[in-house]
Amino acid sequence: MDATLPLLILVIPLAMFLLLGLFGNKMSHPLAGTLGTLGMGTTLVLAYTVAFTYFFSGDPMFIAENGDRLQHVVFDQTWLAFTQNLVIKLGFLLDPISAMMLVVITTISFMVHLYSMGYMRDHHGVYEHGFQRFYAFLSLFSFSMLGLVVATNIFQMYIFWELVGASSYLLIGFYYTKPSAVSASKKAFIVTRFADLGFLIGILVLSFYTQTFNFVEFTSAPVSGLADTYQVSIATSEGIRNIFATAAAPTFMGASVLTWALVLVFMGGMGKSAMMPLHIWLPDAMEGPTPVSALIHAATMVVAGVYLVARLFPLYLMETAALDIITVVGAVTAFYAAMVACAQIDIKRVLAFSTISQIAFMMVSLGVARPDFHEGLGYMASMFHLFTHAMFKALLFLGAGALIHAVGSNDYTAMHGLRKHMPVTHWTFLIGCLAIAGIIPFSGFFSKDEILSSCLGNSTFVYIWMSAVAALTAFYMFRLYYLIFWWKEHETPAGHHAPHDQPWTMTLPLVILAAVSCVAGFIPFGNFVSWNGEPYDFMAHFDWSVAAVSLAVAVLAIALATVMYRKENQLPAKFKNAMPALWRWCHHRFYWDELYMFITHKIIFGLVCKPIAWFDRHIIDGSMDAMAAVTNKASEEIKPLQSGQIQFYVWIYLVGALLLGGITAICLL
Amino acid sequence: MEITAVFYLLPALIMFCAGVYGFITRRNMIAILISLELMLNAVDVFFVVFNRYLHPGQLEGMFFTLFAIAIAAAETALAIAIIINIFRATKNVDVRGLNEMKF
Repeated sequence: MDATLPLLILVIPLAMFLLLGLFGNKMSHPLAGTLGTLGMGTTLVLAYTVAFTYFFSGDPMFIAENGDRLQHVVFDQTWLAFTQNLVIKLGFLLDPISAMMLVVITTISFMVHLYSMGYMRDHHGVYEHGFQRFYAFLSLFSFSMLGLVVATNIFQMYIFWELVGASSYLLIGFYYTKPSAVSASKKAFIVTRFADLGFLIGILVLSFYTQTFNFVEFTSAPVSGLADTYQVSIATSEGIRNIFATAAAPTFMGASVLTWALVLVFMGGMGKSAMMPLHIWLPDAMEGPTPVSALIHAATMVVAGVYLVARLFPLYLMETAALDIITVVGAVTAFYAAMVACAQIDIKRVLAFSTISQIAFMMVSLGVARPDFHEGLGYMASMFHLFTHAMFKALLFLGAGALIHAVGSNDYTAMHGLRKHMPVTHWTFLIGCLAIAGIIPFSGFFSKDEILSSCLGNSTFVYIWMSAVAALTAFYMFRLYYLIFWWKEHETPAGHHAPHDQPWTMTLPLVILAAVSCVAGFIPFGNFVSWNGEPYDFMAHFDWSVAAVSLAVAVLAIALATVMYRKENQLPAKFKNAMPALWRWCHHRFYWDELYMFITHKIIFGLVCKPIAWFDRHIIDGSMDAMAAVTNKASEEIKPLQSGQIQFYVWIYLVGALLLGGITAICLL
Repeated sequence: MEITAVFYLLPALIMFCAGVYGFITRRNMIAILISLELMLNAVDVFFVVFNRYLHPGQLEGMFFTLFAIAIAAAETALAIAIIINIFRATKNVDVRGLNEMKF
C-alpha cells in the first residue's frame, strides 16, 4: 500500500496542532475552529479510505487466500538507532483493530470538533477564552491517538501513549484558572504516569528477553512472499514462546518472567483505562470541557489500555495467569463503578463511572477470551464493544454537554423534566441510554451480549457477575435519564429563559452518533475483527438463551428505574434511608480518594518523606555545612598571615634567612 | 696600625643592621623611609670598600654607588610624595592604621 495516505492521516492533525498552536491567537475564533474541523474532516475521509481499502479491497496484502485478515506494515522508519539491537522505529501498522480504531478515533474526533464550535461559546455566541488553544490541543490529541493505534512497535506505542497522556493533561486543565481543574489535571497525569512506570518496565523486560520491540514479531510470522505482511497466529510465534518456555526461563517471586512482563504492561493499561485501583483520576478528569470528556475520557484515550492488551493478545494467550488477573481486575472494577454510578448527582460523574464500568467490560471480555471457546469470541466481543461504546458513550457525553450548556450546571437536580424543552437532546440521549443498557436492536445489545457469551464460555460465575453489572448499568443509566428528563416539571429560575436545544453544530453530531448507535449492532463485526484474523461468524454461534437473559435483566432494571424515578416520589429516599451505609459508600465512591489521600499524605509524606526530608536537611546538608564552616574558620584563622604589612614580611624573611643560614652553617661545620 | 677593610665594613654592617632593625620595628612611615635610606647607604659603603680593596684601579663599584645614590634620591622623593598623600587622606603616618584596603 502506498504510504502517502497513511502518512497524511498522521501529518494533518500534527500540522493543524502546530498551525493553531503557533498562530491560533492571530486568527479569529471561527477561522481557528473551522480550520481545526476541516483538518479533522480531511483526516476522517483519509482514515475511512484507508480502513475501507484494508477491509474491502481484497488485496493479497490485506487478506490471505483462505480469507484470513493479515497484518500489513505500511511503512516503518528507523527513528533512533542506539545499537544493533536497540532500534526504535516509527511506522504505520494496518491490521483489523488498527483500521477499526482509525475509524472510531476520526469519527468521534470529527464529531467533537464540530460540536465544540457550538459548545465552546456562551449563550450570546461569545467564544470562550482560549478557543484556538482548545482546537490546537484537540488536534494534538487526535494526532497522538492515531499514532498510538497504528504503532508498529511497542516503543512507538509508548511514545504516543505518553503524548495522549500529555494532551489529556492539557485538556483537563483547559480552564486553568479553576483550582479544581488544575488539581484534576495533575491527578490524571500523576496517576497515569505512575501506571506507565509499570508499562515501561514491562516493555523493557519483554524486549530484553525477546530482543525486539515489534508487535508483529511478538505476535505473528511473515507470510511467505510478502515481507511486510504478517499472519497473526499463536502457532507461528513459536520463537517467542520458546524463549519463555525453556527451562532456563527465569522466574521471579513464583511467576515466570513473561507473566511479570505482561502484568506490568497491563498495569500501564490499567492506568490509562482507569481500572481499579488506578481509576481515581477519571471521575476528576470531568473537570475538562465536556467535548473533551466525550473524546478523550469516554471514547478513545481511555480504551487505549484495552487496545494495548488486544494488541499483545497472542502473547497474553501464552500466559493465561495474566489473563486471569485481567479478568478479576475488570470484573471488580465493572461492579464497583456501576455501584458508584448509581449514587452520583453530577451527570458527568455518572457517565464517567459508567465509562469505567464499560471499559472493565471490555477488559473482562479480553480476559476470558480463549481460542478453545468460539474461536476466541471474547477478543472480538471486546473490540466490538469498544467500537459501539465509543459511539454511544460519545453520544451520551455530547448530550450531557448540551444539557450542561443549556442549564449551566452539572447536577441533575438543576435539570428534571427537560424532555419538552430539548427534544433532540432527549431522543438522542434516550437512544444512547438504550444502547448502553443493551436493548435490542441498539448497538450495545449486540456487543454486550457477545461479551456475556464469552464470559459464559469461561466461567459461569463471571457470567452471572457481569450480568449483574449489566443490570446495574441499565438501572443507573435510566435513573440518570429519568432524573434529567422526567421526575418533575422543569422550573426555570426567574430572569432566565427556558433551556432549549442547541445550535446545529451541537445537535448534528448527536443525531449522527445516535443513528450510528442504532445500526452499529448489525455490523458483522466478526468478519472484520477477530484475534487471529480468521473471519468469525457470530450469528452461527449466537446463543439465544444468553441474549434472552441479558435482555430480560436489562428490561427489569429499566422497569425498576422507571418505577423509582419517572415521577417524583418517595421511593428513592426510602431506599436511601433503608441502606444508609451502602448509599453513603457509593456516593463517596467507596472512599477511594480518601484512601489515596491517607496513603499519600499520612503514610508516604508523613512517615517516609518527612524523615527523609529531615535526613536530607540535617545530615546531608549538615555535613556539607560543616565542611564549609571548617574551611571558613580555618581561613579566618590564617588570614592575618596575609597582613599586607611589609615589615611583618621582612621580619619573617629575616628570621627565615637567619635560620636557614644557621642550619647551613651547622651542617657545613 | 694599618687601616684594613674591616674598619670600613664593620660600621657599614652596624649601619645596615640598624636599618633593618628600624625598618622592622618603626611604625612611622618617615622613620621606615629613613631606615631604608640607612640600609641603602650601608650597601653603598660596601660597594665602595670592596671596589677599593678587591679591585683597585677599577671604577665599577664607584659608579654603581653613584647610580644607587641617584636612584635612592628619586625613590625618596616618590616615597615622600606617597606619604604626604596618605597623610592628607588619613591624617596619619602610622602603618598599622593603613589597613582599609585589606580584606
